[in-house]
Amino acid sequence: MAADDHHPHEHHGSELSDLQLRVKALETILTEKGYLDPAALDQIVEAAETKIGPHLGARIVARAWADPEFKGRLLDDATAAANAMGFTSPVGSHLIALENTPETHHMVVCTLCSCYPWEVLGLPPVWYKSAPYRSRAVIDPKGVLAEFGVKLAPETEIRIWDSTAETRFLVVPMRPAGTDGWSEEQLATLVTRDSMVGTGLAKSPAGAKSRG
Amino acid sequence: MSNTIHDMGGMHGFGPVVAEPHEPPFHEAWEGRVLAMQRAMGYTRLWTIDGGRASLESLPPITYLSSSYYERWFLGLEKRVVAHGLVGEDELAAGRSLRPGVRLNRKLTTEDVPRTMSRGDFERPAAAPARFKAGDRVRTRNINPVTHTRLPRYTRGKTGVVEAVRGCHVFPDSAAIGGGDNPQWLYTVVFTARELWGEEADHSIKVSIEAFEPYLVPA
Repeated sequence: MAADDHHPHEHHGSELSDLQLRVKALETILTEKGYLDPAALDQIVEAAETKIGPHLGARIVARAWADPEFKGRLLDDATAAANAMGFTSPVGSHLIALENTPETHHMVVCTLCSCYPWEVLGLPPVWYKSAPYRSRAVIDPKGVLAEFGVKLAPETEIRIWDSTAETRFLVVPMRPAGTDGWSEEQLATLVTRDSMVGTGLAKSPAGAKSRG
Repeated sequence: MSNTIHDMGGMHGFGPVVAEPHEPPFHEAWEGRVLAMQRAMGYTRLWTIDGGRASLESLPPITYLSSSYYERWFLGLEKRVVAHGLVGEDELAAGRSLRPGVRLNRKLTTEDVPRTMSRGDFERPAAAPARFKAGDRVRTRNINPVTHTRLPRYTRGKTGVVEAVRGCHVFPDSAAIGGGDNPQWLYTVVFTARELWGEEADHSIKVSIEAFEPYLVPA
């Protein structure tokens, strides 16, 4: 479509607008042919933007920190444990929780595409879907972790999970020190998205304050 | 296709991982429309999730690398609706429908949207008992199919240990090419970094994949 109109210095902008037109055209065609209900598309976009997100995973992790019995159930069958939380949309099958400990640090990748536990973490960030992360997580995880500012103890084993099937992984980061007696709601504020992918650690109480 | 650019594990040269602070779910409105169209058209069950992946993997490598994530999804979706006879090339060129649509078995309505917000269940009844159990040493087969597979190149012909049996699941290699579910046992198989990357690799690193039984032989 109008490829001749592209000029090198405005490549990025013209490419986007061309794509926007094609996306709009496809939606129009699929709607006119009776395959799509645009109102259903609106709902999906709204759910992706407002309903799912790392706040759900953070609640699961916080409960696991606060309740050893729940943590046991989570590590045994994360789908069932997550669904017992009563989220609006149930978690599909084969969610697997991975507990980070001083001995083992888990980190999740999908080298082949972008498999991600979006029901509990929301849509994956661009970096998770990017070639640098997908290529390097399995061969240079320490380098990747360093770019995220994570330095582990030398004796900690690093375990990379390549999401090559329809199983999905949720990392349970280590509970930060200085949080004794915290409520689940308070604990959830320390659980970042990256800490549940394994490219980050949970925030410390001091860090949480300084970052608001 | 399997040995294409999407199979990135272990490649060099893509540079550092750059995270964007406070990244929004979508950077542009069209990205959300592409995600939603993908979900809605997937709901018709005209193709499987693996058929969808295969259509992205068969994009020309240069297109794959130079397109953004949702752009790839869009290009794959365009290809699929044409390949399945839902839309004509002439209609894509015209930007509008030129003839009535074909009849679909399922169409996503607003009432059904909440159901699409949960992932499907890919576990299926098993025809035979699992061949391996946790603790077994296994070797991945060296396969190079021209069709879709979920055995990454960097893990082919490698020896590892079964850590867990995950049940019997839809086999992507079959489902992607219209071969039906063909359910197979699924295992978490762990490799040392030294097995995957050689003697100089870091001793403290292990990598696991989720491997379907046809990918494995006893070691």
